[in-house]
Amino acid sequence: MDIKLTIDGKEVVVPQGTMLIDACRQAGADIPTFCYDPDLKLAGSCRMCVVQPKGWRNLVASCVTPAQNGMVIETDSPDVIESRKVVLELMLSRHKLTCHTCEKDGECNLQDYCYRYGVTESRFDGKVHNLFKDDSNPFIERDYDKCIMCTRCVRACDEITGARAINIMDRGHHAKISTAFDGELVDSPCVFCGQCIMVCPVGALTSKIAAGKGKAAQNDKVLTTCTYCGTGCTLELNVKNDKIVGVTSNRDPELSPVNRGALCVKGRFGWDFVNSPERLTTPLIKENGEFREASWDEALGLAAEKIKGIKEQYGPDSLSMFSSARITNEENYLAQKLMRAAIGSNNVDHCARL
Amino acid sequence: MTNSINELESDAKCIFLIGTNTTENHPVIGYKIRQNVLKNGAKLIVADPRKIELAELADVYIPFKPGTDVALFNGMMNVIINEGLADSKFIENRTEGYEAMAEIVAKYPPEVAAEICGVDAEDIIKAARLYAESEASSVCYAMGLTQHSTGTDNVKSCCNLALLTGNLGKPGTGVNPLRGQNNVQGACDMGALPVVFTAYQNVTNDEARAKFEKAWGVTLSGINGLTLTKTINKAYEGEIKGLIVIGENPMVSDPDLHHVEEALEKLDLLLVQDIFLTETAKKADIVLPGVSFAEKDGTFSNTERRVQRVRKAISNVGDARQDWEILCDLSTRLGYPMSYNTPEEIFEEIRTLTPSYAGISYARLEGEGLPWPCPTEDHPGTPILHKEKFNRGLGLFHAIEYIEPAELPDDEYPIILTTGRSLYHYHTGTMTRKASGLDEFMPSNVVQISSPLAKANNIVDGEKIRVTTRRGSIELEAEVIDGIRENVIFTYFHFAETAANYLTNASVLDPVAGIPEYKVSAARIEKI
Ligand code: SF4
Ligand code: SF4
Ligand code: SF4
Ligand code: FES
Repeated sequence: MDIKLTIDGKEVVVPQGTMLIDACRQAGADIPTFCYDPDLKLAGSCRMCVVQPKGWRNLVASCVTPAQNGMVIETDSPDVIESRKVVLELMLSRHKLTCHTCEKDGECNLQDYCYRYGVTESRFDGKVHNLFKDDSNPFIERDYDKCIMCTRCVRACDEITGARAINIMDRGHHAKISTAFDGELVDSPCVFCGQCIMVCPVGALTSKIAAGKGKAAQNDKVLTTCTYCGTGCTLELNVKNDKIVGVTSNRDPELSPVNRGALCVKGRFGWDFVNSPERLTTPLIKENGEFREASWDEALGLAAEKIKGIKEQYGPDSLSMFSSARITNEENYLAQKLMRAAIGSNNVDHCARL
Repeated sequence: MTNSINELESDAKCIFLIGTNTTENHPVIGYKIRQNVLKNGAKLIVADPRKIELAELADVYIPFKPGTDVALFNGMMNVIINEGLADSKFIENRTEGYEAMAEIVAKYPPEVAAEICGVDAEDIIKAARLYAESEASSVCYAMGLTQHSTGTDNVKSCCNLALLTGNLGKPGTGVNPLRGQNNVQGACDMGALPVVFTAYQNVTNDEARAKFEKAWGVTLSGINGLTLTKTINKAYEGEIKGLIVIGENPMVSDPDLHHVEEALEKLDLLLVQDIFLTETAKKADIVLPGVSFAEKDGTFSNTERRVQRVRKAISNVGDARQDWEILCDLSTRLGYPMSYNTPEEIFEEIRTLTPSYAGISYARLEGEGLPWPCPTEDHPGTPILHKEKFNRGLGLFHAIEYIEPAELPDDEYPIILTTGRSLYHYHTGTMTRKASGLDEFMPSNVVQISSPLAKANNIVDGEKIRVTTRRGSIELEAEVIDGIRENVIFTYFHFAETAANYLTNASVLDPVAGIPEYKVSAARIEKI
């Protein structure tokens, strides 16, 4: 059944059971959120998404309040704005503001909303807690002095990966995110998938592999398919100055059909081999047991000459080719075409069985 | 896979994992299975000699002896038939060969199967009931099922089980091989196999050959080619003189590496095209630098047959060249000119020769990609195979007897060695061991051994031990764990310096697939 409501003067029709946040967004309102994540269970804890239903005593958190027939909602009233400012100031009061060196600079919800509501400092006297930061793992930087306790990381860890490596520890003002015994991730069930980084709205969780190489907001992002296992996850290569500087993921199921943004440790953190100084950059020819650099013309010329020689002397079936489960379809097609059409043998295989 | 990955997260009501350590080797598929169990209460059966992560969540965990897969399947089918849990309508309408299969299966009551597998008969019964009684059951497997001298039999048995219970052609069901490498499906689809052109068109079939001869303008050989393992053997015997290796590393990935090494050394020409100087490239006469996935345009086909785009993000590194350009140049120099402007042009040619890809174009691949078969431009792709009928019409049951693994433990080599992969590395480590985080996290190999076995040999956790088989020995750090069969040890094959494949057996291969028996080698261990 559909219901009708008025949002910022606009009428919208939504199915019964729709949350206010979705109704508001349908009406074109830009609702700020921290803890809300459409793929995860609702937390309704940050109160950033508040809106004002006409005739109600209190503002409501739109992400956890179902729309009702006939509601009249304001999403930008002075009360709403004031309330959101208080939320931001409370967060700022315990947030280590180091935007200039933060990996998240430019795509941080806290930064964006403070800008949007002109919140420059906090009237609350909080203190930075210097919470646990050291972590011996090579993948994930956890800086909980930047944590705003939205708990999205906890939910992603549980509801996407199912690792349950982290949880909320203590309550109230002392609440924080930690592993079971407030220890390091390496001693927890963490599998370093980085789903927590993916959902963190601020710079509390970041990639150590990408650190310092380029702020994600400033990188170009190229959607591609992971080079590792056969799952075929979609990921975004982050590019700066013609170099791979990171991997992020895209949660849109239309663009990331298999994994919907989820990755594993290899996909998310295993990309920097691309920049390895050990990459081969020029053809090599072995002479007297040692390699020497060669031009393409020389190397390919020599290869062709030797192949032709073997074919003439021993026939095409004395040659064989291992194509690859790692190169593209197009390249595999050409490889077998070369073996069959140019050399004349069906001796072509790859490591499908290994 | 006959079905798609995301069905494992929602549609499958029972998932049977055999020979797949999914959370380590296909992690994102592993997450989905785990969520289905935790959120939707899907039933989970795990059969593996090691107590893998997902075994902790399983309704039934069967720690069976490596290589006894057929006995396990036959035992389960015996229960299903005797308890009247088979899908008789499906058998009647969609299959043939039931009687012959049932006759063999009758010889494997759960007690007999349990004896062979070294497990409780009760668990076989329970697994059989769960699988047969659930509304939609999916069986997933990986190399744990296939890397045996009876690999083909194992897979056929797995199909038997699905046919017997009608678990094919519907959402959440299927026989689902989880394929290890990003584009192993695509390499097969593209005819990088010794017996077929693209889309599995046989090279011995005159019609298929005529089609490719016409398209390519040459006469083609109608003799089946050599598999990878046979190529190595023939090189050893001096019959193969020249080998071109593209992005593969047989010096780590192939069985019995001493044998591989000798074989490669006998070649007149070893030409290697790769992005790193791999252990194999070091043996080459000529090395050609190709580029990584980040530098190329093209397509990969994943384990659910979904063709997806690979997009170029950066320029070629140094003087390296696009792999397709290298192939074109080499072919041209061999007197068969090949010339394309882009990978898309190559794909357009592939479409014309490959019925299952005919309807796919780069334009259509923007967004979700397409699972083949996709025969026409308006075809939506095929996430689920065998919906109304099988490729051959009726689904064929195979009557399969259990055959022991080729190399069983004896007095001299009393332990079973089995090999596999880690979450933190990929295949021969060419890429992951040069990824800083992965390499730092897992810099070296270990051998997992059960506490009782460790105790009996006076070995403590972290100690270096020697593992020996009939092929050779390697020294490895022992990791003493509880979740492994007492008489089984496990090691990873990613590490060149302690390569597990110095130990594995190249002399017995599955007679049909030519796959080596990586999952069972007789071994012994010693303190150093
Ligand atoms: S990396 Fe993955 S497993 Fe580890 S805490 Fe983050 S979400 Fe959980
Ligand atoms: S670490 Fe990030 S995602 Fe987790 S609670 Fe803090 S702010 Fe939220
Ligand atoms: S991200 Fe992990 S699970 Fe996904 S394709 Fe890459 S290796 Fe496989
Ligand atoms: S976004 Fe609604 S309460 Fe946090």
